[in-house]
Amino acid sequence: MSERPSVEYARQLMFRMTGDEKHAVAAESTFDVLWVLYTRVLRPVRSEVSGIDRFYLSKGHGPMAYYAVLAALGEVELTDVLQFGAFNGRLGHHPDGELVPGIHISSGSLGHGPGLAAGTALAWRSQGALRNRVFVLVGDGELDEGSTWEAIAAIGRLELSSIHVVVIDNGSASLGWPGGLMGRFVSEGWSSSEADSADHAAIERCLTRNSGRPSVTVIRHRSSRGDT
Amino acid sequence: MAGAMRERFAQVACELLDEDPRTMVLLADLSVAMFDAGHRRHPHRVINFGIREQLLIDAAGGAALAGARPIVHSFAPFLIERPFEQIKISLSHQGAGAVLVSAGASYDIASGGRTHQAPADVALISTLEGWTVRVPGHPDEVDGALRAAVRGESHQYVRLSVESNSSSLITDGRPMRLLKAGKRGTVIAIGPMADRTLAATEGWDVSVVYTDRAFPWPERFLRSVISAASPVVAVVEPYLEGTSLRELHRVTRGAPLSIEMIGVAPQELRNYGTSYQHAVAHGLDVAGIKRRLESHLGQAASSWF
Repeated sequence: MSERPSVEYARQLMFRMTGDEKHAVAAESTFDVLWVLYTRVLRPVRSEVSGIDRFYLSKGHGPMAYYAVLAALGEVELTDVLQFGAFNGRLGHHPDGELVPGIHISSGSLGHGPGLAAGTALAWRSQGALRNRVFVLVGDGELDEGSTWEAIAAIGRLELSSIHVVVIDNGSASLGWPGGLMGRFVSEGWSSSEADSADHAAIERCLTRNSGRPSVTVIRHRSSRGDT
Repeated sequence: MAGAMRERFAQVACELLDEDPRTMVLLADLSVAMFDAGHRRHPHRVINFGIREQLLIDAAGGAALAGARPIVHSFAPFLIERPFEQIKISLSHQGAGAVLVSAGASYDIASGGRTHQAPADVALISTLEGWTVRVPGHPDEVDGALRAAVRGESHQYVRLSVESNSSSLITDGRPMRLLKAGKRGTVIAIGPMADRTLAATEGWDVSVVYTDRAFPWPERFLRSVISAASPVVAVVEPYLEGTSLRELHRVTRGAPLSIEMIGVAPQELRNYGTSYQHAVAHGLDVAGIKRRLESHLGQAASSWF
């Protein structure tokens, strides 16, 4: 790509899909971390490091930010964005990896991403592909799903250090997570960090650190409407 | 008591770990010791997740997405029913192939009660597109079934049972075989139901077909067998009665047939005991099958001729 992709252009693409800037919170909460991930972290962006990266959007809800970032980077076409949710469109209200090669998993039903990542990491380990990494984006509400905790415990105990889970914490878990989410990962042996969703440099630092253990980064997101 | 089919499965799976570097064996605390040899030789390719069946299936999907060929094993209720949405999403919808292998078919674990019985497993899988379901009828059929399932990248379910015929009936790898030819109708015996179906129809002028597949069935072969006799078909299936209707309909679409399905009744028995006692209670012993077939062939004959 000759021109440096613009974060503002990507944001405008997202608003084209969300339709209303005031009601874009679900999508917006993931926008910043996706932007940093795709422009500063995921190989081949950082092609000086060998190995491949995968990104599993486990939280398939509100994927407009994801599509916007992919479109700004040329992974999907502008016409795909214009066809958002249409019968013949490739970008639906939940993403389908069979329709778009750049989308690494199909999601929408919550709680599958961490388990899929566990299998991918185990396959890589068996292949000796130890430099590969898989980033998994989950929401704090999604962690209500018991299937995520089957994976989180097993990933810790099987020491699958190629996995980096990013939790978007926008306080959407109905029964809350008393004491916070972080401790629950830490007690399973994960390496943890946290950043504010507006702080791109901090997000980049969190996502590029190499701990030799499974990693979790909790992204705190405050609603742009200021009503949280 | 592990059962001869399960022993053979573990043995062949360990051979496949040696032969095919794509293969992985994924477990959830059941049959783990049977894979000790494979685990010693390939510690990174035999994984026990503990009692985590949702993870078992999700991880199979993730491993397939990274080019592995996962062989995934548990008892039928915990492999198919408990994580069914994982099968639907992380295998089927994801386009990620896997080989699921269950033990504990239908009422095999009779004394375990309803929690350990899953006669509807094949019916559930039949709601998903593109799966092949293999139902070996004898331990000697497990080798070929598993190797054929592991080849390629497709969605495969191999259903093992403690019920068995006295010998292998599949000799050349074909999915169906005519055991005897007759004129009064066609009886399709699936997997371990073959011996008792042959006994129930002894001396009768009916065709009996054996298959080690729940689906897909070979269209041309089955249509030619059925059309060579009176238009009366019965299926003897080792799982929920009616499971094979969809496949039978696909294969015989348009043919005016009188059809009977003989399988595991949907009612919960709430009995323990042995698998044979359950077979009798469901009418899946020789006498029960004979009763149902007699009634069906008699009715069909009186209404057709």
